[in-house]
Amino acid sequence: MDWQGQKLAEQLMQILLVGFAVVAFGVGYTIGSFQMMLLIYAGGVVLTTLITVPNWPFFNRHPLKWLDPIEAERHPKPQPAVVPTKKKTSSKSHQK
Amino acid sequence: MHSFGYRANAVLTFAVTILAVICTIASISDNFNSATPTAEVQVSNINWFQKQPNGDDVVGLTLNISANLQSLFTWNTKQVFVFLAAEYETPQNSLNQVSLWDGIIPAKEHAKFVIQTTNKYHFTDQGSNLRGKEFNLTLHWHVMPKTGKMSANRIVMTGYRLPDKYR
Repeated sequence: MDWQGQKLAEQLMQILLVGFAVVAFGVGYTIGSFQMMLLIYAGGVVLTTLITVPNWPFFNRHPLKWLDPIEAERHPKPQPAVVPTKKKTSSKSHQK
Repeated sequence: MHSFGYRANAVLTFAVTILAVICTIASISDNFNSATPTAEVQVSNINWFQKQPNGDDVVGLTLNISANLQSLFTWNTKQVFVFLAAEYETPQNSLNQVSLWDGIIPAKEHAKFVIQTTNKYHFTDQGSNLRGKEFNLTLHWHVMPKTGKMSANRIVMTGYRLPDKYR
């Protein structure tokens, strides 16, 4: 999932859950059924889970563009100095 | 939100938080309900009235209880516990309460009832003070909501009197 997909997933999750909560409370209060409210909300949670938790293709529409490998080879990473390993062995022998 | 586990965790925690908020609002919505319960109790007969060997007075009554507690029920009410208590004053205690009958009302449909019953629990005094005693019959109820705080209230019915002699 790319960056924009993550943002979309979070926003979808919040909007869907709050939306289902409002609908569930409204219906439950109107028809006077606590059980109906819980059922609608539970259904909403399941649906929200199915929409926002799996890595669906529409969360991957903005892939990150990495530099080409050739570009990276032109500016090689500085190699770590070899000196520390030598020092380590010498210090070890010193300890002995 | 970068992995399956993170997203599942976010959905779960947010869903439970909202559930708590809904339940709180449902509990608050009970305050808009104005309850107007009614109750009436007649003592149709004093079946027996004796002094026990240990000196305590004990009474057997037949009660005719009619009540309408339907207005106590809202969409957030699980059940209502109701009990009828005899309340009277003696030299030792300023308030004596003796439970005579109780019941659990599971639904609004059962909240309007007329019951003819003998006292379910013994009407026993701690002593021998019941002859000619004026007493109140009080219908207490405890409302148990699905979410939120339990509440209790009562209706006091006055003007009952026990006979002057044992029978």
